Amino acid sequence: MNNKKQILEGSRAIALAIKNISPAVISAYPITPQTHIVEDLAKFKADGEANYEYRRAESEFAAASIVLGASATGARVYSATSSQGLLLMTEVVYNIAGLRLPVVMTCANRAVSGPINIWNDHSDVMSIRDAGWIQLFAADHQEAVNQHILAYKLAEKLKLPVMVNVDGFILTHSYEPVLIPTGQKIKKYLPTYRPSDGTYLNPKNPVTLGAFFTPDDYLETREALHNDLRNSLETIKKEYQVFQRAFRAESANDRNHKNDNGLWTYYGPAKPKTLLIAMGSAVGTLREAIKSNPTVGVLKIKVYRPFPAAEIATVMARAKNIAVIEKAVSLGQAGPLYSDIKAGLKPTAIKNLNIKNYIVGLGGRDFTQKMIAAIIRDLPRKNEIIKFIGKI
Amino acid sequence: MTKKIKNNKFLSPGHNACAGCGQLSAAQAVMRGLNKDVIIANATGCLEVTTTAYPQSSWGLPWIHSLFENAAAVASGILAALAQKGDTKTKVIVQAGDGGTYDIGLGLISGMWERGENILYVCYDTEAYSNTGIQASGATPYGASTTTTPDGNASVGSTQRKKDMLAIALAHGVNYAAQSTAGFPDDITAKVKAALAVDGPSYLQILAPCIPGWKINNDEAVLMGKLAVATGLYPLLEYRNGKLSASSITVASRKVAVSEYLKNQGRFRHLKNKEIKIIQKLADDNLKKYRL
Ligand SMILES: Cc1ncc(C[n+]2csc(CCOP(=O)(O)OP(=O)(O)O)c2C)c(N)n1
Repeated sequence: MNNKKQILEGSRAIALAIKNISPAVISAYPITPQTHIVEDLAKFKADGEANYEYRRAESEFAAASIVLGASATGARVYSATSSQGLLLMTEVVYNIAGLRLPVVMTCANRAVSGPINIWNDHSDVMSIRDAGWIQLFAADHQEAVNQHILAYKLAEKLKLPVMVNVDGFILTHSYEPVLIPTGQKIKKYLPTYRPSDGTYLNPKNPVTLGAFFTPDDYLETREALHNDLRNSLETIKKEYQVFQRAFRAESANDRNHKNDNGLWTYYGPAKPKTLLIAMGSAVGTLREAIKSNPTVGVLKIKVYRPFPAAEIATVMARAKNIAVIEKAVSLGQAGPLYSDIKAGLKPTAIKNLNIKNYIVGLGGRDFTQKMIAAIIRDLPRKNEIIKFIGKI
Repeated sequence: MTKKIKNNKFLSPGHNACAGCGQLSAAQAVMRGLNKDVIIANATGCLEVTTTAYPQSSWGLPWIHSLFENAAAVASGILAALAQKGDTKTKVIVQAGDGGTYDIGLGLISGMWERGENILYVCYDTEAYSNTGIQASGATPYGASTTTTPDGNASVGSTQRKKDMLAIALAHGVNYAAQSTAGFPDDITAKVKAALAVDGPSYLQILAPCIPGWKINNDEAVLMGKLAVATGLYPLLEYRNGKLSASSITVASRKVAVSEYLKNQGRFRHLKNKEIKIIQKLADDNLKKYRL
């Protein structure tokens, strides 16, 4: 039974992982393409296979608030959403981080309205990237499962919320072979959640949470949250190693990978002429493309917040031409990943590197091998730095 | 003869509320109805801001503030976590102002009531957004001058009728719904106890005169709470399982003219006879509607 690969829909794989992680409270509100995850979780409960409290909410705003309240009462919690749902949650998402609650949430990434569009891109999560959450991006089903387990470990250890981003439809509605670790196995790695006394709502030790901060104290708490998030990079790297040791079969795809430090994975030659940087399922498409192109490397970014700028810069230094390929745009500026990468580079590196930004896949537009070829051709040319790659 | 009331340590003095604040004295009366096995979810508003200026807190009970409009859902989450722990003893209470209740939080309150959860929701009704400077809310009564419904040559103040929040609660089938005012602290305490003794959702709405909002003197909050009841504008009410079970309006009710209530409040000072008549009619309607 154990360690047997099953062909599962991405949503079901995530739902099964969550069931085995055994949160105490789940609350969610339906939105495509997140729906299958929360339907599966409701069904597990209905079938008597799960012990969590499942609270139906009347909106995403309420769902996020319900898991906030439960988390503040010392419970392990879970929610999932997409697109408009995440935007509606925004105020609560910020509040959860400010309260230092270890909430874990899946974002089945989808475009934002208007115009309304239910398909995949990363516009939704980018709207809350500054909220103080750890942001993980999964490229395939197994990575999505693994990241959810890791997410709880990080959240509960660091007292920081974690969002696991999975590409809507591309991951949530597709089928792949995947290993779902048993509850027993997960529990060995992720013990029952026991917050320390005096940090949660408990009549035996009453505390005030969410107090009013004046200009005398507010700045320092934001600074502390920022520093804790920055410093979590080291913890994430270490915990990733621990995870790989505990889940050898589940992390077989990445294990023994010299070029995987938990924050990113590099695929390709030691000294690539061209480096393609991306997050999420697009990485799979990019890896296909470089099979026939030995001079091109691919850098998969798995942790977007905190942003591992220095670690990314070391990989970039190996290349000459770099394409940051992303499924979001900060309207009126550039792709957010591109801006973050540039902000993290030393001036000398910026001078020596040719870095361009390609916006792809918005609103579910297929990201194709043809597009990748066009990007690789375009990259050395001296033309616009930020380009939308639409129909080719 | 004055009875000396001993406040418990659930809500300590030393907070930053205005002298004579009706909401804080009502909150004290609520606290006297509790034992220590309580968790409070508080909405943004005067009560939250004045009692938790970091690093100090007036609260001797586990207390959380998240946002303006989500206290009801936060309470649902608290209750869900307690349920998982097998804790059936701890009571969950929401505290919010009228803005957080009648307006921005209404959808989430409806969701909480739909779920039929054993949560006591306490609304401190100052009849305006007090904390942000007395803007009108859905609880603002006809004729009141607020900073967003100012009186003037072309305005009588608020032209809206106060929303019937109690009826909205009852429409959700809450097991216990009641109304009180800061003029009757013992009534508040008794209703808190009654609400907590009931299984399932309960709603308590307390008229909480606001010194700067109502433009009254800082020794008049209790008096206004009493007059609101005596005029019939804000009767003391209690519904159990949807039925009116207690009311300050009885056959023997002495009718005090609404002008007695209105004349001491700066927010109504601009009103002319015509508008006062409209308000008198509201009180008269209440006398019929809520007579036990
Ligand atoms: C989403 C949101 N909108 C507006 C505000 C600003 N705000 C804070 S408190 C408040 C008014 C509170 O009024 P009420 O609920 O009646 O409580 P009171 O202060 O009167 O006790 C407002 C408008 C906010 N905090 N959040």
